[in-house]
Amino acid sequence: MRILLLALRRLAASLPTLLLILVGLFLLLQLAPGDTVDALMAQMGGGDPAMMEQLRSFYGLDAPVLVQLTRYLWRLVQLDLGFSAIYGKPVSSVILERLPVTLLLMGTSLSFAFAAGMALGVLAARRVNKWPDALISTLGLIFYATPSFWFGMMGVVVFAIKLSWLPAGGFEDIGAGHTGLARLADIAWHLVLPVTTLALIFLATYLRIMRASMLEVLTLDFVRTARAKGLSQTGVLLRHVLRNALLPGLTLIGLQAGTMLGGAVVVESVFNLPGLGRLAYESVVQRDLNTLLGIVFVSALLVILVNFIVDLLYAKLDPRIAAER
Amino acid sequence: MTMTRRAALLSGAGLMLAGTAPVSSALAQAAAAPRRGGVLTVHLGSEQRILNPALRASTGVYIITSKIIEPLVDLGTSGRPEGVLATSWDASEDGKTITFKLREGVKWHDGKPFTSADVAYSAMEQWKKHLNYGTTLQLYLDAVETPDAHTAVFRYSRPMPLNLLLRALCDLGYIVPKHVFETGNVLENPANTAPIGTGPFKFVEYQRGQYIIAERNPDYWREGFPYLDRIVWRIITDRSAATAAMETGAIQLSAYNGLPLADLDRLKTDNRFEVSSRGVEANVFNNTLEFNTRRKELADVRVRRALVHAIDVPFFLENFLYGLGKPATGPIPSSSTDFFPNNPVPYPYDKAKAEALLDEAGYKRGAGGIRFSLRIVPIMNGEDVPLLATYIQQSLQQIGVRVEIVQLDIAGALTAVYRDWNFDIATGWHQYRGDPAVSTTVWYRSGSPKGAPWTNQYGWQSDAVDKLIDDAASEIDPVKRKALYADWVKAVNEEIPVAMLTERPFYAVTSKKVQNHHSSPRWDSGDFHDTWLLPS
Repeated sequence: MRILLLALRRLAASLPTLLLILVGLFLLLQLAPGDTVDALMAQMGGGDPAMMEQLRSFYGLDAPVLVQLTRYLWRLVQLDLGFSAIYGKPVSSVILERLPVTLLLMGTSLSFAFAAGMALGVLAARRVNKWPDALISTLGLIFYATPSFWFGMMGVVVFAIKLSWLPAGGFEDIGAGHTGLARLADIAWHLVLPVTTLALIFLATYLRIMRASMLEVLTLDFVRTARAKGLSQTGVLLRHVLRNALLPGLTLIGLQAGTMLGGAVVVESVFNLPGLGRLAYESVVQRDLNTLLGIVFVSALLVILVNFIVDLLYAKLDPRIAAER
Repeated sequence: MTMTRRAALLSGAGLMLAGTAPVSSALAQAAAAPRRGGVLTVHLGSEQRILNPALRASTGVYIITSKIIEPLVDLGTSGRPEGVLATSWDASEDGKTITFKLREGVKWHDGKPFTSADVAYSAMEQWKKHLNYGTTLQLYLDAVETPDAHTAVFRYSRPMPLNLLLRALCDLGYIVPKHVFETGNVLENPANTAPIGTGPFKFVEYQRGQYIIAERNPDYWREGFPYLDRIVWRIITDRSAATAAMETGAIQLSAYNGLPLADLDRLKTDNRFEVSSRGVEANVFNNTLEFNTRRKELADVRVRRALVHAIDVPFFLENFLYGLGKPATGPIPSSSTDFFPNNPVPYPYDKAKAEALLDEAGYKRGAGGIRFSLRIVPIMNGEDVPLLATYIQQSLQQIGVRVEIVQLDIAGALTAVYRDWNFDIATGWHQYRGDPAVSTTVWYRSGSPKGAPWTNQYGWQSDAVDKLIDDAASEIDPVKRKALYADWVKAVNEEIPVAMLTERPFYAVTSKKVQNHHSSPRWDSGDFHDTWLLPS
């Protein structure tokens, strides 16, 4: 019950922000030169004035901006995200189609990056300033500094084109008609390269945060006490240091949830995955206002949700935080 | 994975043996006897909002829908319009009545018969009211009469040249079923994204952002066709990703410059693929240089000529475009045998002449050697456009004209140039679609409403040119028509409100597994009924 109340309070507090973001974005996009009909003409490589006029009224672009905005907000109140100009169907169903791909991609790579980053961070902290630390930190930095499209493309060139080990792109084999476990395996197979690419980029951040906070916690009094009690080195690290050092990493997950939905544009493009990032990019290029606002809306809700979960986890890891509430 | 390796080994072995007699005769035999079955996977470079070629004229739409929906006529292997849903046609003496006899025994994919009512509906309700370029082409179409189920009579209020109509109908003459569209708003009809046609393939599924599938139509009117079981269009928007898909065999065909120029050049020497402009001849494009003649300097024709003289087009083609094209001579490309007036390049590279013209016009080099400054808006139709914008910038710098590049995405650039007139010079693509009257003369004709992209929004007008354009569009004698267009090219080259710099074909990359491909001038926008695949 307390959790539910907390959740509701959080949601209510973020409603004004959400509204501001949506209205702001709506107005900002009015400043972008060209509308979705211009973008359509550009894609078709030709058009004529009669057609453009009809399409403008079809997409409701012939009304003044304020009227358009009011219409949009009124629909939003009724939980209707409107109609997508590019895809010719409701925005909600367009987003729902893409959401699983993005959640799978981002969820897997974040978990992988978090787990590996933690393990490597702990390892680096234990051997601080020795060669394992130097090696791990250098590698982390290299991964962090490399652009993801380059990683992705190199992965495709080496593993898909030269070695033929992995597929070059796509979410699954089209028309192969896999079902059940076979389909799952097929999707996993297609996701190996994109997940690795994304995870390597995230990895460095978690690794460095983990290493730093481990080193910091290791100097605290309670660690000395634990050691003095005669606990083994591993026991001290896992039960006392790690738990405390986890908090900054967790904060980072909460922050990165914001980039989760849109942040994978490059990887989704290189590997041709039908995710939300590509959808957002496409919506900007095609000036598909409804879809873009819909994505922002859904991302914002998701960020609120993830941060709420992170808060609950804080309380679990560190009882002092719960006590303060 | 083992399969792929084995396949690679086998194909390697095949290559080594290719010189020996048994294998080559087997190959020859294979070429003679088409194989049934197989799935052809085709690259689709951008998501299409609707899949109805009677509402949207665009190669992106044709790549998919031309296999599902058929036109009255299409360019055949002869390179001329041949009957598809029409079997014969005839024009009246005055050119105002054109009668089509229609094919009998053709059924829509939902089982209903195809009749002249469908033709009348498509022409009057979709081509004339909605279809881009169709609205202009059919502007003077008064009615389509249907004396019987297999005759359609097009009545025009002004003479319509038969050759123009036939050539234009290959792109702008797709027939959709009346019974599916007649109720409700045409633009909201579900058949716009789940097309129903008479073609060799039936629509199956459209997964947004991923793929579109069509399968063999067992009741197709060409008996025994098609050969393929299925066609899958994979939506791959990133061009490099498309090349990777091509190289791994995930797609077998990419048309209309779907892959990066660098990859086209590289794959040319790869014996798994054919990189060619064969079978794509119907579409040609130019890199343009468009002048806003409202600018004082650019209102002077000497300045416009000087700026064109300053650009070394052959150098650009060779060093930036891998030699894929040649310098253009004007708005009618040399590949258009019916209309090309065989004229020379009007303003070849000549820096000294360019400087002399600018001096003569009164724009002497001032402080720092600068005569005046211009802003160029690149209209990003392709990867070559920003390259050309930079090349123009550097070329004009040489003759003392400073150029600032305005970076906008394509929707923004179209608005800046064609609606807001907020540019000095612009560069993009002009596409020639088989007949100057389809989409070329609008670049020069005055009177296009503000905001219409790829039309004359240059503040330039010539009554003589307008008259030539109007006369040619309704001249029914082909010889006279060609002569009018020759005069027209001469006139617009003289005045040069828009310079056509390059003339370039599109390139398609096709896997050698695909047989009987690119056999007609707009093959990628054709029906694929006789295309087949070698066993993998």
